[in-house]
Amino acid sequence: MIAADNAAAQARPAGLSARPVVAVRGVAKLFSNGTLALQNVDLDIGRHQFMSLLGPSGCGKSTLLRMIAGLGSASAGTIDWPEADHDAQGAALPRLSFVFQEPTLMPWATAIKNVMLPLKLAGVPKEERRARAAEALAMVGLGAFENAYPRELSGGMKMRVSIARGMVTKPDVLLMDEPFAALDEITRFKLNNDLLELWHASNFTVVFVTHSVFESVYLSQRIVVMAARPGRIIADLDTTAPYPRASDYRTSPLYNDHCRRASQALEVAMGHALGAH
Amino acid sequence: MAEAARPAITIGDDAPPVILQHKRVLGVSVATWPKILMPMAVGILALAGWELAVRLQGIPVYILPGPILIAKTMVADWGTLSGSLWITLSISLAALSAAVVLGVSLSVLFAQSKWVELSFFPYAVILQVTPIVAIAPLIIIWVNDVKLSLLICAWIVAFFPILSNTTLGLNSADHNLLNLFQLYKATRFQTLMNLRLPSALPYFLGGLKISGGLALIGAVVAEFVAGTGGSQSGLAYRILESGYQLRIPRMFAALFMISISGIVIFMCLSLLSHLTLRRWHESALKREN
Repeated sequence: MIAADNAAAQARPAGLSARPVVAVRGVAKLFSNGTLALQNVDLDIGRHQFMSLLGPSGCGKSTLLRMIAGLGSASAGTIDWPEADHDAQGAALPRLSFVFQEPTLMPWATAIKNVMLPLKLAGVPKEERRARAAEALAMVGLGAFENAYPRELSGGMKMRVSIARGMVTKPDVLLMDEPFAALDEITRFKLNNDLLELWHASNFTVVFVTHSVFESVYLSQRIVVMAARPGRIIADLDTTAPYPRASDYRTSPLYNDHCRRASQALEVAMGHALGAH
Repeated sequence: MAEAARPAITIGDDAPPVILQHKRVLGVSVATWPKILMPMAVGILALAGWELAVRLQGIPVYILPGPILIAKTMVADWGTLSGSLWITLSISLAALSAAVVLGVSLSVLFAQSKWVELSFFPYAVILQVTPIVAIAPLIIIWVNDVKLSLLICAWIVAFFPILSNTTLGLNSADHNLLNLFQLYKATRFQTLMNLRLPSALPYFLGGLKISGGLALIGAVVAEFVAGTGGSQSGLAYRILESGYQLRIPRMFAALFMISISGIVIFMCLSLLSHLTLRRWHESALKREN
């Protein structure tokens, strides 16, 4: 835990407000089969930050993301939302969206109806939700495909619809669980750029789970590296570089330096996991 | 079937699957014609062979009438037979409707709680595995109205596939979509209407196709047991009556009408299923390769 403490003491990337959007304190997760998926996780995520959770499979990064989303409770510790509205019982009502590894679209509904879903569940009037969904689809470059069914779209396009569905509620925090892992590299690069553009143009926070060093460095300002057995944070890297980032960033010395540091941290993480067994 | 003309648009590297338009003759695509013509040819050949065998062997009419005589009988007795056909069909369709309403309502109830499902499902199975021939006499005794008792028998036979399939379908909603609904704080009712019921639709339609035929069989079997007479009788009674009177061509005509009804019911439900699912479900899609 020394590494995590050091990381917490590190200076936060510049341009962030003092109060975090999410404050994770001493969170642990014990599954019913006895697996300790997470142990003593402390994490502050700042407003308008693009943060990646990087780690080998089984390190609990997806579990942590799901717990931040409120899908599943922590066995110990707290997850607070200092800036979010709270209901009468004191429970936080953060404005979240979640993008899964699969597009997770309703196959019986057209693209626009899929995007309208969060608004429909929130009781937004029909006219308004149609207009906002059309706007979100146009934002991800699918304005011409409003009435296409998911099966008529390619993998990359389905993921775009999924992102549009996440964006349509104008969330404060966008949680993404390896969203581009199943796509080919060309499509992934394109979606990386489009995601950065969306993030740059709006004012939301991104928590991006990935197992790719290159993807996390290309996208984020900060990389939190996790190790497995038990899942915990072992490094918190500052990967600041100016935005907008484009493909020339992939060949810059700064990028290479960030990649080298992230790879080293990941190697340490995997060594820890092996050492534990 | 009639695929809506959809322009194949492409953008950049994200090319959507191209949907080809097939050549059509009389509104049916060229590739589909053999599927219609081949079974018809087999049917015509079989009927011709039957007619020929009956004539050449000199088989008496009361043993096996030829198809031409059966067709003539059907036309001659159309007044009686069509009335009976209507009665059998109306009982079958009423039983099927009741099976849909009760089957879907019960499965929605089951989907609300695992405990409700665990407590009641075994009894639905018991209802299903008990032979309808064995309990039909009891139902006919208990229920005074004959038509209603026939309807109950047909319903018992028809209802289980719908209940079982719809229950399975309601529980088959994508887990990540369920998570998404939870994330957006959807109510139980919203999740049911927007996620569980649409997910269950293909399963329900599969059950409906089985139940359609079973409702007809249930109605016919129950009527055999009841053996009601008079003008208010269905096709099953016409078969019994013709047997007693040794009017074998009429018996075959009634039998033929039951078979045709079953086929028509199945085709209607298949069409309904295709039209409902054709835009999105794997079962209704052509493979790309």
